[in-house]
Amino acid sequence: MLPLALCSCTGIQSVLDAQGQSAVLLSNLIFLIVFICAIVWLCVMAMLFLALFRRDRTANQNPTAERAMGRVVACAVCATVAIIAGLTVFSFYTTRGLNSLEDEEVTIRVRAQQWWWQFIYHDRDRRRMFQTANEIHVPVGKTVRVFLEGVDVIHSFWVPSLAGKQDAIPGRENVLTFRANRAGIYRGQCAEFCGLQHSHMAFLVIAEPEDNYLQWEDQQRGNSMEPREMEARSGKEIFMNKQCSACHTIRGTLAAGTTGPDLTHVGSRLTIGAGLLERTPGSLAAWIADPQTLKPGNNMPLVPLTAQELRQVAGYLEGLK
Amino acid sequence: MNQEPPPRPLDCELDEASVSEALSNTWRAKPGLWGAIGNVDHKVIARRYIVTAFVFLILGGFLALAMRLQLSGPELRYIGPDRYNQIFTMHGSNMMFLFAVPVMEAMAVYLVPLMVGTRNIAFPRLNAYSYWVFVTGGILLWLSFMLDAAPDVGWFAYVPLSGPEFSAGKRTDIWAQMITFTELSALAIAVEIVVTVFTQRAPGMSLDRIPLLVWAMLVMAFLVIIAMPAIMFASSTLIMDRLVGTHFYNPAEGGDVLLWQHVFWFFGHPEVYIIFLPAVGMVSTILPTFAQRPVFGYLPLVMALIATGILSFGLWVHHMFVVGLPRLGESFFTASSMAIAVPAGIQIFCWLATLWAGRPIFKVPLLFIIGFIITFVIGGLTGVMVASVPFDTQVHDTYFVVAHFHYVLVGGAVFPLLAAVYYWFPKITGRMMSETLGAYAFWLIFIGFHLTFFPMHILGLQGMPRRVYTYQPELPWADLNLFVSFSALVLTAGFLTFFIDVIRSWRYGPIAGENPWNASTLEWATASPPPPFNFPFIPVVDDRNPLWARSGPEMLVSAGLRTDRRELLVTSVVEALPVARESSAPHSVWPFWAAIATSIMLIWSMFSPWAVVWGAIPIAISLIGWFWPKGAPEEAA
Repeated sequence: MLPLALCSCTGIQSVLDAQGQSAVLLSNLIFLIVFICAIVWLCVMAMLFLALFRRDRTANQNPTAERAMGRVVACAVCATVAIIAGLTVFSFYTTRGLNSLEDEEVTIRVRAQQWWWQFIYHDRDRRRMFQTANEIHVPVGKTVRVFLEGVDVIHSFWVPSLAGKQDAIPGRENVLTFRANRAGIYRGQCAEFCGLQHSHMAFLVIAEPEDNYLQWEDQQRGNSMEPREMEARSGKEIFMNKQCSACHTIRGTLAAGTTGPDLTHVGSRLTIGAGLLERTPGSLAAWIADPQTLKPGNNMPLVPLTAQELRQVAGYLEGLK
Repeated sequence: MNQEPPPRPLDCELDEASVSEALSNTWRAKPGLWGAIGNVDHKVIARRYIVTAFVFLILGGFLALAMRLQLSGPELRYIGPDRYNQIFTMHGSNMMFLFAVPVMEAMAVYLVPLMVGTRNIAFPRLNAYSYWVFVTGGILLWLSFMLDAAPDVGWFAYVPLSGPEFSAGKRTDIWAQMITFTELSALAIAVEIVVTVFTQRAPGMSLDRIPLLVWAMLVMAFLVIIAMPAIMFASSTLIMDRLVGTHFYNPAEGGDVLLWQHVFWFFGHPEVYIIFLPAVGMVSTILPTFAQRPVFGYLPLVMALIATGILSFGLWVHHMFVVGLPRLGESFFTASSMAIAVPAGIQIFCWLATLWAGRPIFKVPLLFIIGFIITFVIGGLTGVMVASVPFDTQVHDTYFVVAHFHYVLVGGAVFPLLAAVYYWFPKITGRMMSETLGAYAFWLIFIGFHLTFFPMHILGLQGMPRRVYTYQPELPWADLNLFVSFSALVLTAGFLTFFIDVIRSWRYGPIAGENPWNASTLEWATASPPPPFNFPFIPVVDDRNPLWARSGPEMLVSAGLRTDRRELLVTSVVEALPVARESSAPHSVWPFWAAIATSIMLIWSMFSPWAVVWGAIPIAISLIGWFWPKGAPEEAA
């Protein structure tokens, strides 16, 4: 597993740090347009300051000067039209390049909801499908296709280092393809205002070499691990008997709720609470103890537990690798 | 008398002093509180409108400061998510609907009748009604904010988040009804402006002699008339979804959530130009005064205004580039969004040419206009950037867009507006503002603005989304955000200086006189502040810059209007030839009561659909009072 430290290096969620095929095309486009526009701005500013501060103001209102100015203005307008047309054409070609990704290797259905991400990995064989929450793994250099769907309100799927954003809209299905060029952890975040916790609706895309990816996929397909230690075993019991199991699924157990994230392999994820906290036994316990303070307004209720129960449940979840 | 006498230099039937006396008896307001409420003088109403709109600007500014406080560091807890969402929704709605659009329209209400040389705006009672409706809408919104029940779904109120399922309570209904209030008042003014410009221009002010500000206001009024019905449909259907269980926007019942976005932005994009066109009109009017020469390229400037107005209806989809569009649609709207840069470019080049050929006088209004050109060109260029679909997929809904539209709206509209305040303040109050304080205000606002908003471009490219109430410490945005928050204080200091200057000059500024800037348009041909009847004699226009064309202080005027009642001169649309005399409605408190009745109906209708039925009765009564025929019948034209 890549160290979480990678997660906090700069550029983890930046348009300028392009690590995906689409993002590279886009950042080239961005740099080119910004460069051209900067030149245009400088030219206009030069004209403005010349117009304001030039010394020679003698031949002012004669018709020849007016006509000369008319010609200059006409040329400037033509130049504007040419630049605009050029940028439009360049923009069209970039769009074409973005859609040239073919034969996807991985297909993921994204069900965005207030305020977390449900990811369902597709497979022809339905039994081989599995789901995770707020974290996806993808193989480096392979095309990934995501189908986007808003469960409640409109959200937007955006991993700036890999690709441009696309909305997840209730009653519609959008498609986005991307390909990571390099291994790494890329942060994504909801980009359409979706209510109280729009700010805390992040997810991670972990791009890794194909072998590691396949290994991860295998592990995710499996059912949850039976806890071995005493503490975790009691934790499991509490999880099943309290409200927890009504909202969360842990495959291989009786917990089969669908309101909250699937926790079958929560212990293998880097963060909890949709990118809110690094996953540690401590943060898991803190989250369960008081979700409304950590993420005010989210849909997880406070389930009253004693300190000991809290430790046990956190231990159980931590062990779900 | 069936025909106006042909215009001659000075009609001498009455001497000027007695004409003025008779007119001021006819036109002056009634004394007392009811006299003030019943006043229908366009200047008085516009002044109220402008002051109210600036109060909303100050309030909206405080909201912005609150947001900058909350965002000055990661995971701060000064403001919780619920309050923050109310604050940014309020900031947007307040600035768009209660400040920017009304203040531009108010400038039109003040200036258009003066600039076209008439005595009052068309439908003066409707004008009064419009103000009272606007104020009630503003109070409704701010009252809800004080009660912690303000809308929290963004100024765009996307469904389903604003629908019945995800926005319980009355918050969104308040937003939607506030829209109804402001669109009602905006539509009223738009109709008045169109009619004033088309029928009440001074004799001789043919279409090609209309001042550019008036052209801009005319195009703006048409945009309001065409765009506002879309938002009226949107807000009404949203309220119906919420209140009576229709399913316009419910995909589970065959509705469509994208329909909302189309209808909203079909209004929302022209809305930007409703704010921006008056601003460029101001620039085209003020800049020649400080270059001391006629504007270069009058015809291209008028064409650019009209082209912008038409194009503005063809690019609403660029707000929706990431909703999943068909490729052809994307291409069309990219091209149209790019194309609007052309009329903008034409205007910039014409202004530069005017400055080039003129002799610039560096007074405060010109400073703000230079600031406008520097800033607006950046905003226009980032507009070209976001017009490209692929570019937009990376910056849509990030701080890059926040930076872009503040460059366009503050740089493109507020800077010219401040220039306009410094420029027309002497006309409105009769006193000059301070050049010293004005220069301080300009530099603080200009520098503060760029320090505040330029870094937001970078924040957006670094991946910071909009409308977040906080961000996590591991994200590299904290330093720039802190910098932005401090810079906002510089901007605040600038606006503070501006307001101090306004208040101080209102009382103690040096007396301005008729035409302190040696400007060329008709509003400077009368006293400062103008008398209630604007002009003792209606001027006659034979040049695009009438005050520069005359040889001395004398002006051609027309005569033949009665002084014992409020008569206006009606002229033809194209040539502005006199065709009739018509009386303008005298003061009345009925528009006030009609506005109160309308407000009761609209607010009540958030709670019960029956309000539309029963609430219509007081409205009908007040309208009957409003239109009750009295006085002498009109004379034949």
